[in-house]
Amino acid sequence: MKVAVTAQGKDATAAVDPRFGRCQYFVIADTAKNTFEAVANDNGVAGGAGVATAQALLNRGVEIVLTGNIGPNALRVLQGAGVKVYTTTAPTVQAALQQWQAGEAMLLSQANVGSHFGMGQGGNRW
Amino acid sequence: MASGKGGTGKTTIVTNLARALALAGKIPVQVLDCDVEEPNAHLFLKPVFHEEEEVTLPVPEVDNNRCTGCGRCSEVCAFHALAVAGGKVITFPEMCHGCGGCTIACPAGAISEKPHRIGVVARGQAGRIDFAHGKIDVGVPLAPPVIRVVKKLAFKERLTLIDAPPGTSCPVVAAVKDSDFCLLVTEPTPFGLNDLRLAVGMVRELGVPFAVVINRSTLGDLRVERYCQREGIPILLKIPFDKGYAATYARGDCLVEEYPEWVTPFIGLWQEIERLVSQRARAAGN
Repeated sequence: MKVAVTAQGKDATAAVDPRFGRCQYFVIADTAKNTFEAVANDNGVAGGAGVATAQALLNRGVEIVLTGNIGPNALRVLQGAGVKVYTTTAPTVQAALQQWQAGEAMLLSQANVGSHFGMGQGGNRW
Repeated sequence: MASGKGGTGKTTIVTNLARALALAGKIPVQVLDCDVEEPNAHLFLKPVFHEEEEVTLPVPEVDNNRCTGCGRCSEVCAFHALAVAGGKVITFPEMCHGCGGCTIACPAGAISEKPHRIGVVARGQAGRIDFAHGKIDVGVPLAPPVIRVVKKLAFKERLTLIDAPPGTSCPVVAAVKDSDFCLLVTEPTPFGLNDLRLAVGMVRELGVPFAVVINRSTLGDLRVERYCQREGIPILLKIPFDKGYAATYARGDCLVEEYPEWVTPFIGLWQEIERLVSQRARAAGN
């Protein structure tokens, strides 16, 4: 099973990036093979970063997402493909994975922030 | 009229220039309020509106019986208005710019377009002034398509004064583009100067000739004037800060009506713009 964690760096010791669409990297853990793969997120897009990021994860066959905050559009795309999204406050990718494996990560049924939250100051005007 | 900084007096200049020209009765004038996120020129010109139309964008509608879930539509969309999840297309009409790319790219012919309302435009008459403005619906992030529709309402071969939105981003570019001249309205404050520099960069990029009007010119400092001198930007009008002027504005009245001594300076402003535009036309002709 492929589990993606939004991260500020490229390996399991990297800090969790609390933003979904605007995260810097994903670290994708393959729980069956016990391997890690880091993917740089194209977070410079002008708009629709959440949808673009969600699509990129689906294209890579990710089934579980661990992140901090996620908006409504990205969540709709992920849930449309049956991906489960968990919110975590763990400091590192490793800790987030452990938290999820221990059943302590919180499953999101709806977005926990609005659109554009990850752009800072809760909006995109000025 | 553009500004960079908001609240410098674009609408004051547009409405008073239009009123002064209408009072002088020499040339037919029309005002287009392109600040479609918050149009306010109508509060001063008080037009009677006689025509309103909806502005729509063509957004994708997917026929799930034909869709194969190939994801081509999502790949070509630059605005991430479509995603493919679980073999089905999810559309986000609020993110769509209406380019039609997905419809063309779909190999299964599963995408058709339906109109998605983003705002309205209205046309009216304010005495001798033809008036039009646009208003985007609450929550719609796309001002330029509405601005383009407002500009299409303009009668050709008629002096057209455009009230642009503040800032220097896409909506301002949509409003200023293809103008013969741009007046940048500023104020002598650090914010006014900072945003004037940005606005100057924008109009230079667009290749539109421009000049500056300094509003509330007796406040602040001289840095805006020095900047204009250094850059060789003509300052065509200065309006001092005056409590009476502010009160006139706050009541929704026009300066040139409350203070008729301002008619001549506004006519002069127009003549100066006309001179600069024809000078440039001659230079281009040579």
